[in-house]
Amino acid sequence: MKLQEYQAKEILKRYDARIQMGEVASTPDEAEAIAKKYSAPVVVKAQVLVGGRGKAGGIKLAQTPQEAREKAEKILGMEIKGLVVKKVLVAKAVDIENESYVGIILDRKSKKIVIMVSPEGGIDIEEVAKKTPEKIYKAYIDPFIGLRPYTAQYLIRKLYDDPELIKRGILKLMKLYNVFIGVDAQLVEVNPLVVTGDGNLCCVDAKIILDDSALFRHPEFENWRDPDEYSREELEAKEAGLSFVKLSGNIGCVVNGAGLAMATMDLIKHYGGEPANFLDVGGSSNPQKAVKALDIITREKGVKVILFNIFGGITRCDDIANGLVEAIKQFKPEIPIIARLTGTNQEEGRRILKEAQIPCLLQWMKWSGKRFQSLHNMERRCPKAIEPRNLRG
Amino acid sequence: MSIYVDEKTKVLVQGITGRDGAFHTKLMLDYGTKVVAGVTPGKGGQEVHGVPVFNTVREAVEQTEANTSIVFVPPKFASDAVFEAAESGISLIVTISEGIPALEEAKIYDFLKKVGARMIGPNCPGIISPGKSKVGILPAQIFKQGNIGVVSRSGTLTYEVVNNLTNAGFGQSTCIGIGGDPIIGTNFIDTLTEFQNDDETEGVVLIGEIGGTDEQEAADFIRANLTKSVVAFIAGQTAPPGKRMGHAGAIISGSEGTAEEKIKKFEECGVPVAKIPSEIPELMKEQLGR
Repeated sequence: MKLQEYQAKEILKRYDARIQMGEVASTPDEAEAIAKKYSAPVVVKAQVLVGGRGKAGGIKLAQTPQEAREKAEKILGMEIKGLVVKKVLVAKAVDIENESYVGIILDRKSKKIVIMVSPEGGIDIEEVAKKTPEKIYKAYIDPFIGLRPYTAQYLIRKLYDDPELIKRGILKLMKLYNVFIGVDAQLVEVNPLVVTGDGNLCCVDAKIILDDSALFRHPEFENWRDPDEYSREELEAKEAGLSFVKLSGNIGCVVNGAGLAMATMDLIKHYGGEPANFLDVGGSSNPQKAVKALDIITREKGVKVILFNIFGGITRCDDIANGLVEAIKQFKPEIPIIARLTGTNQEEGRRILKEAQIPCLLQWMKWSGKRFQSLHNMERRCPKAIEPRNLRG
Repeated sequence: MSIYVDEKTKVLVQGITGRDGAFHTKLMLDYGTKVVAGVTPGKGGQEVHGVPVFNTVREAVEQTEANTSIVFVPPKFASDAVFEAAESGISLIVTISEGIPALEEAKIYDFLKKVGARMIGPNCPGIISPGKSKVGILPAQIFKQGNIGVVSRSGTLTYEVVNNLTNAGFGQSTCIGIGGDPIIGTNFIDTLTEFQNDDETEGVVLIGEIGGTDEQEAADFIRANLTKSVVAFIAGQTAPPGKRMGHAGAIISGSEGTAEEKIKKFEECGVPVAKIPSEIPELMKEQLGR
């Protein structure tokens, strides 16, 4: 779960890591009031879950509360990489002596927690990694030992020379590490970490991604999910235990298993079609999942045909068939559905489809009106789905 | 021979009294797997399909000499189950559970290395050495004993590929699903090492997907260390960046982990990559000169 900057900063504050003071506003009025409260100059920052906000004009300095209001007016409602700005963070401007980068991630390769620091702060770290990788310093942390002061010292000396700053920096790193562990993060990033004019360390921007699999032990973040992170359909699917990602094509697919679902999309593309979505009904065998899947896909505009590709293991073909029959009765889709059921209880599944006596099922040879066929071979089935006549109108 | 599991594998089922645990205990027994014990805290003394249930792994191991465990425990408690198995002397832990927090997975990886145990998974379908033993949820009917090793990050896609192999006359030595999470206990290189040393395995099918760099490292490893033929397939060529495709680990981050990059790397390392799953048996025939 990706958090907005203001949410990430709220967490840092809870862990006593000094942040740039500020509050979030949804209207120009609120922005003005906050600017007054923190005595301008302030920075008005768009709250969207994408990078490059500054370049897109989503971050502006305001000298007075009036100006903060004007900037907020401009930024609220603007679109950044397809996302509409609904909130701005109004934060007290800090005087910047020095900017650096701190990032903590769980590294797939080493399977350890990695802390990265770089004196090249305030710019995209991926760019630094490309141009001057030698300016990124890393330490690998054993999860059982945790971050110890000696490691923090090693890292922080790459950023500062001043003994007082080194002392403060070590404390800061320890706090950020505590955040990472404390909230089960996948990423904690402070960029830039700023040395202010009075010699303090301040987190001027912050990014936190929480581990979805660990949310069960953090009920406090239940309502923090940003509605922009997923589309309405994606959220609906999530609630029903499905994984759904909308794509731009016109061939809908319902598949069991993520790998097979991706392979099915690839196959559609291989035969010259365009998949409309990724949809994994998951491992369990609940007929209601098939119903929900069809519900979501039939509501998507532009879907011309739907493929069911089921290879039963833990998922039983008869359960999927029952769900499919129920869904067709319930939603009466106007588009052809092509089903392929193989694996656990395949005979039973195919029998259920046959006996359901759904008109489209019986008419598959005629290939007119609502059509439905059951093909057993995954690759024989796909070219059928993308025949031009299926995609017309 | 085969890898990781064979006739000598004595299986303990953690979470045996749950819906999935009980169901698959039955299927594993039907296949001929030696399921010797089950564990569910508080249910010690019961039996599931004739298998005795214990309260703790320690008791189960003492009384049955189980050497392998399969974990069906819900994700909240799954890491605890894995630690318990490792501390009780189980040497191979197959974790089916999906949704274990990543930090727990990192700790498990670290701890298992220290005690010398191996985990397959989590979030995986398990492992089967056809005709010998099945420790997992894979549908037994599609497998056939033979000489092809299969290793995959996916479940059902593996079944698809195995089905194709079996229909083309290629039986399998061992098929292993290593799991769809970013942090897993056994990776491609571990498995390839075992297949290289396994007399029964002539060729290996590697099924990867988007996300991470495991496949790229496997490609380098194959070029440097494998004398056996390998055929690869990568799922997710049409996956958009930044979106998690079902598996927690199946995500393209920035420009890293695309299918394109992985396919290119395999080809550079002389490993043929099938465009669609049905090409795999054909490519394997060519590789083995049949």
